[in-house]
Amino acid sequence: MGYVPVKGGTQAIDASIKRVKFERLKGQAILEIETILSTMRALVDQVMSESSLYSPQLAALAIKQAEGSMEEAVFLMRAHRSTLPRLYYSESVETDAMFVERRISASFKDIPGGQLLGATYDYTHRLLDFNLINEKKADNTHWLQSYAEELQEVKVEETVERYPKVVEYLRKEGLFEQYEMDNTEPEDITKQNLEFPASRSARLQVLTRGQTGALTSLAYASLRGYGEVHPTVGEVRVGSLPIYVKHPNEEDGSEDEEFYIGDIQVTEVESFVPVHVKNENNEEELEFEIGYGICYGQNETKTIAMSILDQCLEHLNDEFPTHDEEFVLLHIDSVESSGFISHLKLPHYVTFQSKLDSIRQVKKGVQVNES
Amino acid sequence: MKANTHFAFFDEGSKKEIRRATLKAVAIPGYQVPFASREMPIARGWGTGGLQLTLSLIGQTDVLKVIDQGSDESVNAVSIKKLVQDTTGVQLTECTEEADIIQSRHRIPECSLTKEQILVLQVPIPEPLRAIEEREYMTKRMHAEDDYSGAWLMLFEQIMKFGKTATTADHPVSVHDRYVMAPSPIPRFDNPKMDHSEALILLGAGREKKIYAVPPYTSVKSLAFEDYPFTVESFEGAHCHLCGAEGVFLDELIDHEKGATIYQCNDSAYCIEQLNKQEKVEVESTYA
Repeated sequence: MGYVPVKGGTQAIDASIKRVKFERLKGQAILEIETILSTMRALVDQVMSESSLYSPQLAALAIKQAEGSMEEAVFLMRAHRSTLPRLYYSESVETDAMFVERRISASFKDIPGGQLLGATYDYTHRLLDFNLINEKKADNTHWLQSYAEELQEVKVEETVERYPKVVEYLRKEGLFEQYEMDNTEPEDITKQNLEFPASRSARLQVLTRGQTGALTSLAYASLRGYGEVHPTVGEVRVGSLPIYVKHPNEEDGSEDEEFYIGDIQVTEVESFVPVHVKNENNEEELEFEIGYGICYGQNETKTIAMSILDQCLEHLNDEFPTHDEEFVLLHIDSVESSGFISHLKLPHYVTFQSKLDSIRQVKKGVQVNES
Repeated sequence: MKANTHFAFFDEGSKKEIRRATLKAVAIPGYQVPFASREMPIARGWGTGGLQLTLSLIGQTDVLKVIDQGSDESVNAVSIKKLVQDTTGVQLTECTEEADIIQSRHRIPECSLTKEQILVLQVPIPEPLRAIEEREYMTKRMHAEDDYSGAWLMLFEQIMKFGKTATTADHPVSVHDRYVMAPSPIPRFDNPKMDHSEALILLGAGREKKIYAVPPYTSVKSLAFEDYPFTVESFEGAHCHLCGAEGVFLDELIDHEKGATIYQCNDSAYCIEQLNKQEKVEVESTYA
């Protein structure tokens, strides 16, 4: 039975849904949520970041259900997010309290606290590892054991030290402006509509929820010439942050009364961007500014891209699309962009008929005039 | 299913094509020759242009040195060296004099290179006019018409704004009085080393798919005005705190104990060589 969009399509639709289930099941293999969680860290992180819902378990479930499609998984998570009550806002987080797993600076060799490479693909060679075809659980266990033994020989520091921000050193030198802490309540773009010009808090939220690929492409365009921002990465850090909420009924505001509700892993980037500024004598000078990026999980490309776009949007400029707030903020959301693009698959018979009519009429008119 | 990697990673056809582009680049100094840049096992923008040149040139008896930011030990240098050695088995060195091929990011070594050596530079943005004109189609035309007014205007505007030219690394150069070329983001300090260099200098941009070259004994002039001459980064009064060298490119470090700024040779191989020489002199004098 054919697919008739107006009526009689019910059976066809049922069959289509069954068919997509068949595609997932036909291989007779079952992908456990646990397997996704322990082997697809990057995918899980990206899904959490784009759906702005921090839950590795749910992200893994979404990935399983979506057969690994990023846009579907994010779609599922966002839809689920709509069903969740939003009870509290957390207390603001100071990222220098981060438990750092990785931290590098591309600006200074010699940053206070040192460079910490952590886990990264950056220095691996992208050669297909054919050994993984026959990976054995026993071999992995053996590898893990010897790795643990290796680690035992590493001397453990007695104290946990805070890693100072690289920018603080440059601030002391007067190369960066010292800003007052802005503790105004951020706007929540999931609860109110985005307005232009957008506040910085709204802008950062849109960017951090944005689609990894879209952010990367726009930031790349800006870097390559269709924009004005070419930063040096001051600091990339990956690590976990403790999240606290206040007791809803107790208003005394002391930190002791706050509840620790868990850790989230984030990637944070501060990019240093040289900009032209005018001094008191109306002369142009060069100064550094910071582009900021942060997102859930470990996704360094996205976060660096975010820091570039943050800086682009701080300096609005009609000449370049990447410096146009509406252009950037309205087009980088995964659910919105993929949703609208895919709507083109819906029937457009009526509108198309109307277009067809006017094109025919116009063509007819032209021919008449010419003759 | 497991396949052995071919010598120097590439198939011979790919090497041949890269060499052909390289020959054209050598024949037209400073001209950016387009080539079909291959996908590499390291990320685009991490030196794939340089790596493709190196892999297309290298033979079994060559000795390779890789520098990143002046250091042989830098993570990306180590990674590139490892890849080349894994696929060729060539000998590696940190000593500049011993190397036949030197692949570098952002620096030309302090000691002068010889005609037996090839310097391969990794280039992120090969187009010196990119900041002036974002469209490739237009910049190509500007090169063809010898229209470098944009580059000159950029320097002129800097003088008007800041009272001096304020270029950083990658100060544009005119090669053989014809093509204006991005010297890869080497500091201005290294620009003069390109002029009439004895060694062949090859520049590769993997992401932007361009190869260009400075053949030996070719004139390379940094763009500047007569009344606002070209200047290099100043390290006046500073010297390396390890080997005492002056007149070399220095890194600024912070002495955490004293909180003071100290300087150190950026070219780590050069620094070690200086230290070794000093030690040799000391040892000889004690024997005497």
